[in-house]
Amino acid sequence: MTGWLDTLLVLIVLTNLKLLGSGRLGGCIRVVAAQGILLGGLPLLAAGEVPGTRALLLSAAGVGLKGIVFPWLLLRALREVKVQREVRPFLGYTASMLLGGGVLGVALWASARMPLPPAVRSSLLVPVALATMLTGLLVVVSRSKAITQVLGYLVFENGIYAFGVGIAPDAPVLVELGILLDVFVAVFVMGITIFHISREFDDIDTEQLSALRDWRPAPGSDGQGTAP
Amino acid sequence: MRAWTWLHPVVALVLAPLLGGLIARTKAVLAGRIGAPLLQPYRDLARLLRKESVYSRTTTAVFRAAPMAGLAAVSVATLVVPFGGAPALLAFPGDFVLVVGLLAIGRFGTVLAALDTGSSFEGMGASREVQLAALAEPALFLALAAVGLAAQGTSLSGMQAASSVESWLRAGPALPLVAAALLAVVLAENARIPVDDPNTHLELTMIHEVMVLDHSGPDLAFILYGSALKLWVMGALLVNVVLPIRTGSAWTDGAVSLGGMALLAVAIGLIESSMARLRLTRVPQLLVGAATLAALALVLVLR
Repeated sequence: MTGWLDTLLVLIVLTNLKLLGSGRLGGCIRVVAAQGILLGGLPLLAAGEVPGTRALLLSAAGVGLKGIVFPWLLLRALREVKVQREVRPFLGYTASMLLGGGVLGVALWASARMPLPPAVRSSLLVPVALATMLTGLLVVVSRSKAITQVLGYLVFENGIYAFGVGIAPDAPVLVELGILLDVFVAVFVMGITIFHISREFDDIDTEQLSALRDWRPAPGSDGQGTAP
Repeated sequence: MRAWTWLHPVVALVLAPLLGGLIARTKAVLAGRIGAPLLQPYRDLARLLRKESVYSRTTTAVFRAAPMAGLAAVSVATLVVPFGGAPALLAFPGDFVLVVGLLAIGRFGTVLAALDTGSSFEGMGASREVQLAALAEPALFLALAAVGLAAQGTSLSGMQAASSVESWLRAGPALPLVAAALLAVVLAENARIPVDDPNTHLELTMIHEVMVLDHSGPDLAFILYGSALKLWVMGALLVNVVLPIRTGSAWTDGAVSLGGMALLAVAIGLIESSMARLRLTRVPQLLVGAATLAALALVLVLR
């Protein structure tokens, strides 16, 4: 059982690295979808013995939302806004992957120093969850497109989900489902926002959002204007 | 049991060019051609050995010595790499560093010779080769370190003796990661397709080919033979990791390993037929990815 759990966790790490290394928006969305499906298996394996109704419900809801609905929403948004399909990172792919490896090291180091409940079934679970959160953060910070920021948010949430499933397998199912619903609404709202950003700027590069100001630059100045 | 200790260097020296023939034949069959005979690399070598080496007036003794030095370094490496379930002739703790070092000496010779010609074109190839090697070596070291830790030993022969199907089942998902990292390194170091195209003579894309443009006759034969041996040595490292099957009979184990080498050649042929060369700026990413995979495997074993 632990062998399967470890394999699943390693696959999740690989999806993290692949996300940091791939340069196409569509590809990134599919990687995050694959990660969502892999995470769906986590409650089944982390619960131990025979998975109960609760684990099955969580798993089905997770796979359905993260593996099917979110990718479909995001791919649709990508098609609607007709943007360039390149990620255009602030940080190069190679450097991102190196950082991804470094992040895993940091997660291992940090989790070795954490007082963990004995219920954790695999010593790899907490480091992988932490590394997934940090990867999500890295994607949010180092990529410029609005869609990649949604993806970073999703990966971050995946990390928290993995952490929760591993640390507290007996958390009320209502809480978990509530979180899934929140994430669903968030992705939905972000999809609409992306559409509006792209209509306003003909692009979904979040760099351009810094051009939003309350005041107009003074005519003839260097374009920076003066603060009111 | 010990038969392969003595046989492996001989078998490697005899069969190494066959790997190239097998790769070429796989590619030809997949492309719907009949292809060159399997023994064509031997004929090429024989043809080149009958010719005379031509030296440019701008080159020095370095240019003449490099092919021999490269071939000698790789030949010594065959003594250290175990094969077919038997320990290698030379086995001592930390000998995998020697293998990597010998391969590096061979590469250093080729690079010096390329720079010695004074051609800007060859200098460019040398620069690329060294850049990629700097990225491939950490991946190779990390992968071997993961294998060594799993086997509780730092000698290649010890690693091979200790690794079995059970030891890898214990190490869990580390084996596929190490195998993937090693495969990427084998492809990169031997100028195979996702990194370098061995067939191309298009200037801008060459890495390894460009460095040997000025060599001719026996010198070129030494270089070609040396690169075939290098593919054999690195392939043997990969096959030792992937096929840790021990039956107890020396001949069966040897046959398994030889079959593994043949499979590797076919696999390289398949990769070359189905993939395109990566853009040069994406190659470091592949190698860094391989190093990350190897590091992940190391972490899994260390845990």
